[in-house]
Amino acid sequence: MSRFNDDNLRLAKEIIGRYPKARSATIPLLHLAQQQEGHLSDEAMAHVAELVGATPAEVLGTASFYEMFKFEPVGRYLINICGTMSCALGGSDELLAHAEKVLGVKVGGTTADGLFTLERAECQAACTEAPNMQVNYRHCHRMTNELFDRLVDDLRSGRRDGDIPAHGTLARVRQQIPAERAVGPAALDDRGAPAWLPAKEVGG
Amino acid sequence: MSSYRWAAGYIDDGDRPKIVTSRFHLEDSYTLERYLATGGYQALRHALARTPAEVHDEVRGATVLGRGGAGFPAGTKWGLMPADKYPRYLVVNGDESEPGTYKDRLLMELDPHQLIEGSLIAAYAVGLAQVFLYIRGEMPLAHERVATALNEAYVAGYVGKNILGTDFSVDIVLHWGAGAYVVGEETALIESLEGKRGEPRLKPPYFPAAIGLYGQPTIVNNVETLSNLPWIMANGAAEYVRIGTETSPGTRMVAVSGHVERPGVFEIVNGTTTFRDLIYGDDFCRGIRNGNQLKAFVPGGGSAPWFTAEQLDLPFEGKLVGAAGSMLGSGAIMVMDHTTDIPAAALTLTRFYAHESCGQCTPCREGGTWLERVLQRVVDGRGTSADLAQMKEIGTSICPGEFPHASSSRHGLDATPFPYKMTTICFVGPSAYAPVHSALTLFPEEFAARVRDRVQIPVTAVQ
Amino acid sequence: MSDTVKPTETTPQVASDPDAVSITVNGVEHAARKGQLLIDALADAGEYVPRFCYHERLSPVGKCRMCLVECDTGRGPAITVSCMVPVAPGMKVDTQGETTKRMQEGVLELFLANHPLDCPVCDKGGECPLQDQAVSHGPGESRYLEEKRHFEKPIAVSDLVYLDRERCILCDRCTRFADEVGSDALIHFAGRGNNTYITTFPDQPFASYFSGNTVQICPVGALTARPYRFKARPWDLRQQESTCTTCAVGCRIAVQSSHDEVLRHLGVDSDPVNHGWLCDRGRFNYEQLHSADRVLQPLVRAGDDLLPATWSEALAEAATALGAAKAAGGAGSIAVLGGARGTNEDAYAWARLAHEVIGTPNVYAQMGDGLPADLLVLERATIDEAAAASTVVLIGPDLKEELPVLYLRLREAAVKGRTRLLEFTPKLSGLSTVAWRSIAYEPGTLTAAIDTALADDQIAAQLASGPVVVVAGRANLAESSTATVQAVRTVLAKVPGSTVLPAFRRGNVIGALQVGMRPTEGGLDTRGVLQAAADGGIECLVLLGADPVADFPDADLARRALAGARRVIAVDTFLTASSAQADVVLAACAFAEKAGTTTNIEGRVSPVARQVTPAGSTRPDWMIAVELAEALGGDLGYDDVGQITADIAENVDGYTRVTPEALSAAADGVVAYAPTGIGPVALLAGEAPARSSYDFRLIVSRTLYDQAEGTAHSPSLAHLTTATTVHVNPLDLGRIGTTDGATVKLTSSKASVVCTITGDESVLRGTAWMPFRHPGVDPRELIDCFAHTTDLRIENP
Ligand SMILES: Cc1cc2nc3c(=O)[nH]c(=O)nc-3n(C[C@H](O)[C@H](O)[C@H](O)COP(=O)(O)O)c2cc1C
Ligand code: SF4
Ligand code: FES
Repeated sequence: MSRFNDDNLRLAKEIIGRYPKARSATIPLLHLAQQQEGHLSDEAMAHVAELVGATPAEVLGTASFYEMFKFEPVGRYLINICGTMSCALGGSDELLAHAEKVLGVKVGGTTADGLFTLERAECQAACTEAPNMQVNYRHCHRMTNELFDRLVDDLRSGRRDGDIPAHGTLARVRQQIPAERAVGPAALDDRGAPAWLPAKEVGG
Repeated sequence: MSSYRWAAGYIDDGDRPKIVTSRFHLEDSYTLERYLATGGYQALRHALARTPAEVHDEVRGATVLGRGGAGFPAGTKWGLMPADKYPRYLVVNGDESEPGTYKDRLLMELDPHQLIEGSLIAAYAVGLAQVFLYIRGEMPLAHERVATALNEAYVAGYVGKNILGTDFSVDIVLHWGAGAYVVGEETALIESLEGKRGEPRLKPPYFPAAIGLYGQPTIVNNVETLSNLPWIMANGAAEYVRIGTETSPGTRMVAVSGHVERPGVFEIVNGTTTFRDLIYGDDFCRGIRNGNQLKAFVPGGGSAPWFTAEQLDLPFEGKLVGAAGSMLGSGAIMVMDHTTDIPAAALTLTRFYAHESCGQCTPCREGGTWLERVLQRVVDGRGTSADLAQMKEIGTSICPGEFPHASSSRHGLDATPFPYKMTTICFVGPSAYAPVHSALTLFPEEFAARVRDRVQIPVTAVQ
Repeated sequence: MSDTVKPTETTPQVASDPDAVSITVNGVEHAARKGQLLIDALADAGEYVPRFCYHERLSPVGKCRMCLVECDTGRGPAITVSCMVPVAPGMKVDTQGETTKRMQEGVLELFLANHPLDCPVCDKGGECPLQDQAVSHGPGESRYLEEKRHFEKPIAVSDLVYLDRERCILCDRCTRFADEVGSDALIHFAGRGNNTYITTFPDQPFASYFSGNTVQICPVGALTARPYRFKARPWDLRQQESTCTTCAVGCRIAVQSSHDEVLRHLGVDSDPVNHGWLCDRGRFNYEQLHSADRVLQPLVRAGDDLLPATWSEALAEAATALGAAKAAGGAGSIAVLGGARGTNEDAYAWARLAHEVIGTPNVYAQMGDGLPADLLVLERATIDEAAAASTVVLIGPDLKEELPVLYLRLREAAVKGRTRLLEFTPKLSGLSTVAWRSIAYEPGTLTAAIDTALADDQIAAQLASGPVVVVAGRANLAESSTATVQAVRTVLAKVPGSTVLPAFRRGNVIGALQVGMRPTEGGLDTRGVLQAAADGGIECLVLLGADPVADFPDADLARRALAGARRVIAVDTFLTASSAQADVVLAACAFAEKAGTTTNIEGRVSPVARQVTPAGSTRPDWMIAVELAEALGGDLGYDDVGQITADIAENVDGYTRVTPEALSAAADGVVAYAPTGIGPVALLAGEAPARSSYDFRLIVSRTLYDQAEGTAHSPSLAHLTTATTVHVNPLDLGRIGTTDGATVKLTSSKASVVCTITGDESVLRGTAWMPFRHPGVDPRELIDCFAHTTDLRIENP
């Protein structure tokens, strides 16, 4: 691939329409491209650039700033083991070592069957549930070696297909703004206060 | 569902007032149906029955301290927008990533309508053209719950054009992050929302209230801050300030993690609950795991200078904690017991901030990584005493002048109050140094032993 | 420091400034200017604060943190980013205190942590802000023992610029330049934190016409210019300020040489002109000076050959030819074309030689590719006035291609919202995207398009809202200049009080015209001379750096003229398509080999410096004129170029103020007023015919990189020119029955050529665009210079 397919192109344009400036849609569109392809290709970034009115270099600059965008294919399941303080205090180093052993890859590696990529991650907002990890960003709290083994089995056998989609799919529910309910972005050169705000109260 | 645990982490024990977590115990807390059945969107009706200025006054009167870290009162912040400059925006900060912090994700996953209603109240009060709800990328469940809630709320007429039949109209747009801690900083959040690299802007001149999203006046508020508003509109500011203390009214969500018996997320009474209550109280964490000794704790997220048992009786109150040499930050306490390898524990935080540096300003970009490498060498037992001095030198290049730290009778130290001076644009740079400074100041002997003995100790010592 | 070359400052400090803001710098009172950034105020007060990201011509970003100082605004000393904070009354700044010193040392040490310290092999070594400031403000040593960042060693980010990421200190200068000034955000940060690096997008090089500026403003040796790499060490360089004569913007430059060889041009920050910027053509085309193809001594024809001769032989030969011509056909059978490539002094000496000594009225500096000289009589605007006008009406060529730095100035004015651009163009231009209104017209319909536009209420209101400047030039070489002249007159009639900035292109064309290289009573312009020559009416044609065979829009007429002229004398630096046919070639000095002055589009006269010894036995044009006059029995009375400058001030209309003294006192040159002595030039009669719907109307215009002698002989630039193809709107490809990249046959009333076709969205439907002087097919074969427009039939061959 490369460029957006027809459905995603429609979706992309709808997303762009929600913002006062098209460029604001860059990250949502990059997610959409990653959902379509599993990672971000140069063609995809160039297409996003075209859609949001930026140069491809600017889109690459944005994309490469963020952890979640991958420029090379990764496994169907991206396993992120948190290594920040609370999880470290809760034993994440041991979990990571175990994961490396079970999957037979080092941190950063992808299993030969293309199923798993293992990464060390930073704080996942689950600090009380240490050690914590994510599979395609779905949280797995209070992991033990045994739980890890079971999870890997479940993923291999497809038993988790229902709740853990392939890498790239972020949320399975999207925001939908019904046309008749949408207000739409205000023009940036519109200087007027909104209708419900009496002029005398302007400034708050 | 398989048997491994998907625990949420929220603990409701004891008889405490509940403002933002009142629905957390309900199975379907996140649905519109349940929300309406438990008084949802009534606060919005109350608000719309009043003038925007009255609503703003109510919020100002409640003194809701910002829960994102800086603790600035929301009502006051809203008032800083220049008059007559429109359109104005609200950016909801749902990028929660400060080490130890775990509350906004729960608020989004378990009570998304409460957040939506809070955002609407803010939009109504100060005339906002649009709300952008920026959710951290690595939280798909929060995305799904908030997206579902928004979809329901749009259809039901709570969001969008002519809300509840009035001329109040506002869109709430769900926006996705993509993994960068620094984007939680409000100006970086705005850059990111503009489709750019999440690099913080300089303040001055880029105070969001004056020059924010697209150069327009912009309010950035934390998820928890906004989640307080429906309760305040429904019950009144007077009720709100009855809880907590005068300087810290209401409740706060606090996550206590690390070496405690029962780590969890609690809604606590603001300003009065002490660290001892939190760590040792029966309603809270019930002490250090395995009956171990407390060695140190981080009182306010990974950026905060550390406390030891000597500060346990401080209440959860910003000014007092600041004077004692640290900060409350985002309501995150990380507890270390006596088995903890202090240099290794500090390394986990320094590595975090070095990794999360945006890279635009030199002291943070270069200093953070340098600190991490030297500390790694020390932890690995390859360090020298010159390395210890060097870490302080790097720290001084990032933060010239006194760096805050707690008092320590063991070392005859008086507290140096928060905050510090810095050469960086934002707090990420100093945050890389804070754990190093705390560890070196409070536990110099562990470093001395390490560089002398060249021993290697794992981060979690055997229990 | 090399990144901010300042013009020699001579303006005295004004004592009582109403905009003064009083601040205290290290205990001493200082009057800063209102709105001034603290870093600049401190520099004015004699306290140079070290800096890396700050650059006066870019918006401040405060990222590098090198400029931090302690400043007290009444609430105690606070760390202040001096490049971001404007001065406020009562500020107390300490640039010498403990904290400030510690911060500077700390930040510098952190900068050096990952810097390779390969100064001995770095082009920047010796003129490097990082090196200099490390010595002046740094800790003296680095305690960094860790492994440094590693990147692939220099990578070409474009044909002209190399990037060494290990040396990069991420100051955001090149990227800001590319985004804010150059309009091509093709070079950008990628990665994050300690892994941040500068990059281009894969397969999308930093192909900007302005890329060389990033090399100049890079505060380390991370960006280097391919033509200069490893050529010299800064301490071996000698430099003088001069003025670029590649085009008529007249950017101020510093010409640098080593061992009598020009090695580099740097932009000088001239406030009214170029703000320190240069285009890459002007920056790098000094390479032509050292071309092996230079004519190094006079040549005299012997049959088919041009053989080397001594100056006295060649001058005698030229004098004989002129004498014989005069005897055969009178002075009116002699014509002198050219002068736009030299200095005012060259042009003035030659104008006097032609008019006074030879006595011919047939003198002209343009090659039929500009606009009539009488445009210069109109009330003139400066570049600053254009960039501050409320509206700029653009009727002319794509400025990005022809007058690149004028393009930068107008683009900035438009982007910053100061000026609205109302553009009329036959093809989308570099400014179209930032124009307030961009009105595309088909050649032949410009006046109608202007009439329609001026009748529009919004446009009329805009034009009435404040000063209007018309930027006028020749947008299309395949359309008579009559169209533009009429358009300018229409705008001036409808918008009284508007002024004109002529977008004439060739280096010193305006100076040459103003000092006298133009026809006198009854004289012919270039087209008239060439027609007369083709008809056998020219006994001697003198080409003063002129190459009509390659430059005149109607190739057929130019060829016939050279063949028809009985004798041809050329003064040139290269053997061009025209000078190669001469009977006598007088070897001329090139830029940087001779001193004098040049006049830009505003009429601004500024000095051109002699920096190196002339190649071979070449001589400046003015000296050749003096000697030729002598051989003809006349005496121009000059033995020094300064005498001519003084003479011009005394005798040339509008140049009274342009005395040698005034020139040496003014850093930004002296503006000459428009001469009144230029008479109106006859326009083409009648109207442009309508285009038949089967035809395509032809547009021919220049691009920055073409086969002009200077570019073609500068190896770094020569290969940037692409082969000619004919561009049509992609939707028209189907109409022709062809596809992008296919071969088609183009037929005009003059000729038929075969050419590759390109689909191009910047071209209007029904029109076809071809670049001028690119390798391959020559569109001039298709042009009839006596017609209003040229129409083409495009078909499969
Ligand atoms: C480095 C850094 C990271 C931050 N991260 C967050 C965050 O993840 N979530 C948040 O709400 N605020 C965060 N903040 C604080 C925000 O800048 C801002 O103060 C806050 O969102 C304002 O909302 P409040 O007034 O409601 O607290 C961060 C600040 C800094 C300096
Ligand atoms: S302190 Fe670090 S994260 Fe903050 S702006 Fe500077 S480089 Fe970026
Ligand atoms: S020069 Fe001021 S921060 Fe770089």
